[in-house]
Amino acid sequence: MNNDIYVVIEHLRGQVADISYIMLAAGRDLARETGGKLAAVLLGQNAQALAENLAADQVLYGENAALAEFTSDAYQQALAGLISENQPRAAFFGSTTIGTDVAGTLSARLNIPLVSSCSKISDGMIVSQICGGKIMAETKLADTTTLITMIPGGYKPEQGRGGPPEVKPVPVSVADLKVALNQYIEPEVADVDITKEKVLISIGRGIQTADNIELAQALADLLGGAVSASRPVVDQGWLPTSRMVGKSGQRVKPKLYLALGISGAPEHVEGMADAENIIAINIDPGAPLFDVAKYGVNVDLFDLIDPLIEAIEAAK
Amino acid sequence: MTHILVPVKLVPDLVEELQIAGSGNALDMTWLRLIISEFDDHAIEQAIILKERSGGEVTVIAPDQEGMDDVLFTAAAKGADRITKLSGDFGEGFNNHALARAFASAVEGLAPDLILTGVQGNNDLDGSVGPCLAEYLGMAYVGYVAGVSLEGGKAVIKKEYPGGLIAEMEVALPAVLGIQAAEQPPRYVAVSKVRQMMKETSIVEIDAGDLDPSGGLDVSRMYLPEAAERAEMLQGNEKEVAARLVEIFKEIGVI
Ligand SMILES: Cc1cc2nc3c(=O)[nH]c(=O)nc-3n(C[C@H](O)[C@H](O)[C@H](O)COP(=O)(O)OP(=O)(O)OC[C@H]3O[C@@H](n4cnc5c(N)ncnc54)[C@H](O)[C@@H]3O)c2cc1C
Repeated sequence: MNNDIYVVIEHLRGQVADISYIMLAAGRDLARETGGKLAAVLLGQNAQALAENLAADQVLYGENAALAEFTSDAYQQALAGLISENQPRAAFFGSTTIGTDVAGTLSARLNIPLVSSCSKISDGMIVSQICGGKIMAETKLADTTTLITMIPGGYKPEQGRGGPPEVKPVPVSVADLKVALNQYIEPEVADVDITKEKVLISIGRGIQTADNIELAQALADLLGGAVSASRPVVDQGWLPTSRMVGKSGQRVKPKLYLALGISGAPEHVEGMADAENIIAINIDPGAPLFDVAKYGVNVDLFDLIDPLIEAIEAAK
Repeated sequence: MTHILVPVKLVPDLVEELQIAGSGNALDMTWLRLIISEFDDHAIEQAIILKERSGGEVTVIAPDQEGMDDVLFTAAAKGADRITKLSGDFGEGFNNHALARAFASAVEGLAPDLILTGVQGNNDLDGSVGPCLAEYLGMAYVGYVAGVSLEGGKAVIKKEYPGGLIAEMEVALPAVLGIQAAEQPPRYVAVSKVRQMMKETSIVEIDAGDLDPSGGLDVSRMYLPEAAERAEMLQGNEKEVAARLVEIFKEIGVI
């Protein structure tokens, strides 16, 4: 094993994903500890240009027609070869639809450990956020190559931008694929574009029923904004996917993000952490969203909404 | 006939306060309330939707954790044909590598065409069960799945990308899919129906033998988050808080 740190670059339809730059920032912190090189691993077809802004010492570029679009098994095969041959000290993947498909299977295939949901490298320790952000865990690098999946929060993408780095082509072999991409299906056209709203009244599971959404809508109407939501509200079918904030939904930066009954799981926070003013209303004093918000109110949201509506009406 | 297997597990109920064990590197299990992992619940729902749509059989399999019987009988009440429990040392915490190996050894006798499991559990730290299980069985894995249909030896799936983008993919069967969301929200069943299942069905037990946690992690420390900047908490009764919120809305210019 050597001391190098690999970062598996994620890209989709010609764009490098922000998580790739975040991983490069974390990888730099880890490489400083191990004394190795920071290498970005870029897989694709005619994708070399994507290496340009990667703040890595080197880009290992694996070109193959089967890697033109992401599929789990093509990426897995390519990376299993590369990692077992070169034995880096650690390899970062996004805790994303791309990274987790690959990191999990590689851990089992190569029998090496995988640390999930890392948000930060701190003094060489891998710091993870689990249990919806309620628990932190610190893990050391193992004696073998350690795989790490990364969530945003600890680094800004700008910290991983730089370059252009040296690009070194590497051979990759891919055969007998079991997964194939048929097509991309574009998101449905939204009735409201929550990324453009100045005020979002955002509701979570604490809203309890679809009927209660009208309470949030009344607030949104008064403040000239729209209603957005956490994933469970959308999974219940109470609001369309276009209203979802977070990892699988939209990233929003409104002037006011008023969260009603949202716990603040990392998957939600990644979509709204950059909002200008976050106000969290939650009955649980230990809700992780209170660690992100500027203001917090620890009450039953149903006791607060009516007085709040009255106070706003009186103030207008 | 298509046989769909759904491996599920219990995870901490995050509504409760979580505590760290005396060892300093694990959750305190003593007071922990466990519930079915939300995404495993979606996996059960998706399996039953597939069965209702195109026939087949659904088996739900789970480690013998405290409270699991209720979860399994609930799955039967929803429409699972068989409920199975892995007996083994699942009491004091186990990692996902060990659980995936235990599932894999049981799967060989069950010969499923398709395995659906939750994409993630809220306490996953050494990766998730699905990808490990797929690899131990030599099957393909795709996660973040929110829609499955079966067409001639293949699963056609909808894989979620950020922002609502979907990748439609084809996966050769047998395969393991990590379910993010079922096509419909998990159905509710009446308690009376679950009770009826307790009388009419029984849980098949399979011995998982000794667990093998290799590939798992050596956690140095677990702790509660220490926020650098916590929110300023607004105090007072609802009226006072409402008045203060209105002031804040004015300060930031939304009123
Ligand atoms: C791969 C993946 C992707 C995901 N992507 C997303 C995503 O894009 N967006 C997203 O939001 N989630 C996403 N999730 C889900 C995420 O992990 C959480 O499960 C989800 O964010 C929780 O939503 P919630 O806060 O509404 O519900 P919960 O976590 O159940 O929280 C509900 C909150 O409401 C509070 N509450 C209850 N009643 C009241 C009351 N009367 N008054 C005040 N407060 C009350 C509770 O104290 C609790 O804090 C994803 C998960 C995975 C695995």
